[in-house]
Amino acid sequence: MKILTKWLILGLLICTAPVKAALDIVITEGVDAARPIAVVPFVWQGTTPMPSQISDVVMSDLTRSGTFKPLDELGLPQRNISTAANFNAKLWSNVGAEAVVLGSVKPYGADQYLVNFELIDLVKAQMQSGGPSSAADYVIDSRETVISAAQFRQYGHRISDIVYEKLTGIRGAFLTRIAYVVVDHQDKSPYKLMIADYDGYNEQMLLRSPEPLMSPSWSPDGRKLAYVSFENKKAEVFVQDIYTQSRTKVTSFSGINGAPSFSPDGKKLALTLSKDGQPEIYVVDIATKAIKRITNHYAIDTEASWTPDGQSLIFTSERGGRPQIYQVTLASGKVSRLTFEGEWNLGGSISPDGRSMVFVNRTNGKFNIARMDLETRFMQVLTSTRLDESPSVAPNGTMVIYGTTYQGQQVLAAVSMDGRFKARLPVGQGEVKSPAWSPFL
Amino acid sequence: MNFNKLFKAMLVAVPVMAMSACSTTSESETDASSSMGGSNNGSEMTAGGVETGGVAPILTPEEQQRLKYQELRKEHIIYFDFDRSSVSSEFSEVLNAHGEYLVEHPNVRVMIEGHADERGTPEYNIALGERRAKAVAKYLQSMGVSPSQMSIVSYGEEKPLDFSRTDAGFGKNRRAVLVY
Repeated sequence: MKILTKWLILGLLICTAPVKAALDIVITEGVDAARPIAVVPFVWQGTTPMPSQISDVVMSDLTRSGTFKPLDELGLPQRNISTAANFNAKLWSNVGAEAVVLGSVKPYGADQYLVNFELIDLVKAQMQSGGPSSAADYVIDSRETVISAAQFRQYGHRISDIVYEKLTGIRGAFLTRIAYVVVDHQDKSPYKLMIADYDGYNEQMLLRSPEPLMSPSWSPDGRKLAYVSFENKKAEVFVQDIYTQSRTKVTSFSGINGAPSFSPDGKKLALTLSKDGQPEIYVVDIATKAIKRITNHYAIDTEASWTPDGQSLIFTSERGGRPQIYQVTLASGKVSRLTFEGEWNLGGSISPDGRSMVFVNRTNGKFNIARMDLETRFMQVLTSTRLDESPSVAPNGTMVIYGTTYQGQQVLAAVSMDGRFKARLPVGQGEVKSPAWSPFL
Repeated sequence: MNFNKLFKAMLVAVPVMAMSACSTTSESETDASSSMGGSNNGSEMTAGGVETGGVAPILTPEEQQRLKYQELRKEHIIYFDFDRSSVSSEFSEVLNAHGEYLVEHPNVRVMIEGHADERGTPEYNIALGERRAKAVAKYLQSMGVSPSQMSIVSYGEEKPLDFSRTDAGFGKNRRAVLVY
């Protein structure tokens, strides 16, 4: 009887537990210039309740991009329209938005749903509303797909990607993931390597350990993660397949085995080893385990990251007395210094377009995320949060996710590449750190 | 009857004493045994109801030094300044105590953990933590401790002692820890 009650209570708890992401995004600084867009709730054409509302995902994605500002759906002139054929441009003549997203979802067999969506150029539609016009003139894109209930969020991100790319010319990064480390010091096994959708949904644990886990880094195909684990009471670098769970130990030299970073071709890792004395940058071939030393200096050299062309590495070095970012050309071994402004600059990575570098800057003792234009060398501090570290750039180069401290707890935050949009991803239990944004999936 | 009671009491007391000896993990074994030996000083009731008395032994300077070092060895954390890895002179006495002990006991091995505060990147802090642990190892080596007795691991900012993220908290986290 007691056991039954326990199960009942447990069952109730599960049923009433809110369907909520582990990481809820709070926008801390919006962009006034965000572009208004109308997302009409997708029309459900079934008899049973709709599994979930895909257009909610699209609205959240567009809001979080910092580029768009979806209008309040209650204020839209037409709400029950599922195709451009029902779209009445006259009714929308006063709506101040550049585009309208609308669509429908209908059951299509066992756990199958037919999803339709259309993207309307509202400015064009408004201009043509005086005379006769066909929907074809102002429909920018329209697609039809069959998905399962489990794919609703994923397909929502797909729609957001299409809308974002059509309207901005930049590929959307909504169908991506983040890897990060969660530490709960109350727990017997406090260190967890986690993975989630870019918006914090579908959080999954990849590894749990009583000893520290650090520095997750994605393979360019988005299938593997390299990371550091202290499970054997020393630092070792592992590569883990996120689908099959298979793990390979890549290096386990004496001293530091740290800061792994996948080469753009996915065959090598740049990493830090201190086996020969000081921390130096090495490149290891993952298949053969052959290692090649890249730097040679008595000061600390660490946290290497590849340039998009795979020809050089940027890394943090203390060779000038304080941590600054340097670049080394792999073919020649030639080293040049990249940062000069501020007291410290470290933890750098190059944006996917190769034009800017994102890193941690220390000025007046404060650690913040900064961006530098590699051509003009102009540096801009992007954040104003506390103890910022571990910046990771989205694969489309529009946003940076990083680790920071909020109300005495380590949390993740995001900032747009121009520093104008800022958001925080709070958590319930433990400290969240070391975020790594996946490539396009 | 009395004897029976005493026997029962011993059944409880002996395991407790054994347990307390086992629970001293990070301090060296000699510390645990000496604290047990120390309880022989002063008066104590024995089986027949008689009472014994004792005096503290007269210690030679060497023995006094040894006791002082034993006390100092209970300190096994060395703190560092921000972004620094040089051993401050205020910790030389503590390190001398550990060094002497390790020289006298070549079979004892020690793990030196290096730690950093949460400022800067985790990867840079791993390097900084290692440099601190190495500074301690170098100090001990200069006292004659064999490198084979020492191993080093850097945890960087991953295992803070203090979570306050204040200047005082950061100070407690910038440390090297000797683990036997």
